[in-house]
Amino acid sequence: MKIFLKLTFLFFIISSLILSRANAAGEQQELLKVDWSFKSFFGKFDRASLQRGYQVYTEVCASCHSLKHLSYRNLAEKGGPEFTELEAKAIASNFEVTDGPNSDGEMFVRPAKLSDKFVMPYANVQEAIAANGGAYPPDMSVLVKARKGGANYIYSVLMGYDEPPAGMELDDGVYYNKYMYGNKIKMSSPLDDDIVEYADGTKATVDQMAKDVTTFLQWTAEPHLETRHKLGFRVIIYLSVLTILVYFSMKKIWSRIETKV
Amino acid sequence: MSDHEYTPKSKVGKWFNDRLPLLTLANHLTDYPTPKNLNYWWTFGGILTFCLITQIITGIVLGMHYVAHADLAFQSVEHIMRDVNYGWLIRYVHANGASMFFLAVYIHIFRSLYYGSYKSPREVIWIIGMLIYFLMMATAFMGYVLPWGQMSFWGATVITNLFSAIPLVGESITNWLWGGYSVDNPTLTRFFSLHYLFPFLILGLVVLHIWALHVPGNNNPIGIDIKKPSKDTVPFHPYIVIKDAFALLIFLLIFAFFVFFSPNILGHADNYIEANPLVTPAHIVPEWYLLPFYAILRSVPDKLLGVIAMFAAIFVLVILPWLDTSKVRSTVFRPIYKQFYWFLVADVLILGYVGAMPAEGLYLLIARVATAYYFAHFLIILPFLGMKEKTTPLPLSITEPILGGSPDMAMAKNNSDFKEKL
Repeated sequence: MKIFLKLTFLFFIISSLILSRANAAGEQQELLKVDWSFKSFFGKFDRASLQRGYQVYTEVCASCHSLKHLSYRNLAEKGGPEFTELEAKAIASNFEVTDGPNSDGEMFVRPAKLSDKFVMPYANVQEAIAANGGAYPPDMSVLVKARKGGANYIYSVLMGYDEPPAGMELDDGVYYNKYMYGNKIKMSSPLDDDIVEYADGTKATVDQMAKDVTTFLQWTAEPHLETRHKLGFRVIIYLSVLTILVYFSMKKIWSRIETKV
Repeated sequence: MSDHEYTPKSKVGKWFNDRLPLLTLANHLTDYPTPKNLNYWWTFGGILTFCLITQIITGIVLGMHYVAHADLAFQSVEHIMRDVNYGWLIRYVHANGASMFFLAVYIHIFRSLYYGSYKSPREVIWIIGMLIYFLMMATAFMGYVLPWGQMSFWGATVITNLFSAIPLVGESITNWLWGGYSVDNPTLTRFFSLHYLFPFLILGLVVLHIWALHVPGNNNPIGIDIKKPSKDTVPFHPYIVIKDAFALLIFLLIFAFFVFFSPNILGHADNYIEANPLVTPAHIVPEWYLLPFYAILRSVPDKLLGVIAMFAAIFVLVILPWLDTSKVRSTVFRPIYKQFYWFLVADVLILGYVGAMPAEGLYLLIARVATAYYFAHFLIILPFLGMKEKTTPLPLSITEPILGGSPDMAMAKNNSDFKEKL
């Protein structure tokens, strides 16, 4: 068993190395930490929070930020916000997509279907940049995975708007944010109390909306997170049982010779 | 294998075996006499074979869905993650599998360093192993480029730019590698092609690696030559097979933990941002397994010399069998080398650490000292230590260690009742 101690030791050295790298890149204010329901071994999404988060996304974020890797059908899939298929169809039909060419060779506009990708707010990157004072509002599909700190980072930035410290000069259209890299952000604080009206009666505080939309974005980045956790648990159990069985088989086989294994 | 006498029992088997001696090979592999005192550090050979096969199988499936085009690669990876059945699982196994592969290969290499497995008569095994390691690094680097995220793009830019340091032809070589004047679509497509090819080259080298191993047989923790077969050995099957299986399962538990519960911790967040040639990330860092070499590269102020130092760091490993002049293989009997061995382990870990840090101030100083020590270990300490060091007495065989010479007192004790039973 000494060997396993050594192995564990090595494992920890290496993982601490990796973690130290993860923390290395910038001297940043420590992020706000939320006890997310999707963290931990059995982590799952809070379904109601996902649906509210979708609402915040559509009503607040979607005017600038795209979700180009998602399709409307995803909204009704298992492990996500789990809107009913009818609800998802209704959501899709609010958007218009250009399709075609038809048999006359002409492009036409029709309401979006479940199979369509989320409609983008801008026709192209250049238009998005031009409309946002030179800053590109990043696509949000995998934003949570694309930022160090993940969900906590997104939540912190949403909560991090504040008055700039004395002596800090901000250009027009630049805002102070405690958690953004360099503390400067070109997006004004997107959330205000009651900016959306939740259908389930939840009070739409900034904190609540930030949590909901972050949960939603965690799902868009990792749509199979629940399946992953569930399958992972089974795999670990299966491997553990097999390991124990193989261990005793090994002991039995090696007992034929007088060498410890 | 030519000295191996084996006749299949069945008629058909004999008929076939006379024409293609596959059954003789299978028999050789199961009977292969293996030192019975191999510890768990010896199980990583089997684990590595498993890793290679896993990477090839998951890679082939990913290749069915991936699109090697600068405009589509990132999207196709997201397609795999979202819409391909269990695509997320296959990709996470492949991505984390690369890290696990390197974790195992580093343990395998350091095991070899500790027990002197690279020494005569196993130099060729070692050199083939180093070739495999080198190809692994190239394969992993090119694989990291394929998702076409920010780190993919800028990592590729930094590494391919190293070749421009070569005098006179440097720029032409770099352009030739890129297939243009910067990292772009032609670079991506050729990296994909080579990333698909190299694992099969590695597989071929692995066959040679094992073949070369089966000529002298395994080294062992005591590092002495043993008679084969003898009471010092056990047949590969079932003894080593079951032990390798047990170790592999432990390894798989760690692997599964990463894949299912922390799949992105070993990667860099920036690689989930699509490649953008106009925006350079704040810190360009390679994957963790390349960090020690990255630290060596950056510790030399001159670009060309830095590149030379980095490749030399691998090359000193290739010629290691001739740098280490000690005739005694196992560190168990080399009290002074044992200390230097652990210094080297610490040195490489430090290099890995500073490789992840910005190359400035104290970090740069540490990187320089650690780089100097790395080369000093192989080029100065090892040759001289081998001549000067007073080693402790070697046992005569695994089952008959001389008093006090055995590294494992429990085994020495067992040994006495073993003899009684005989």
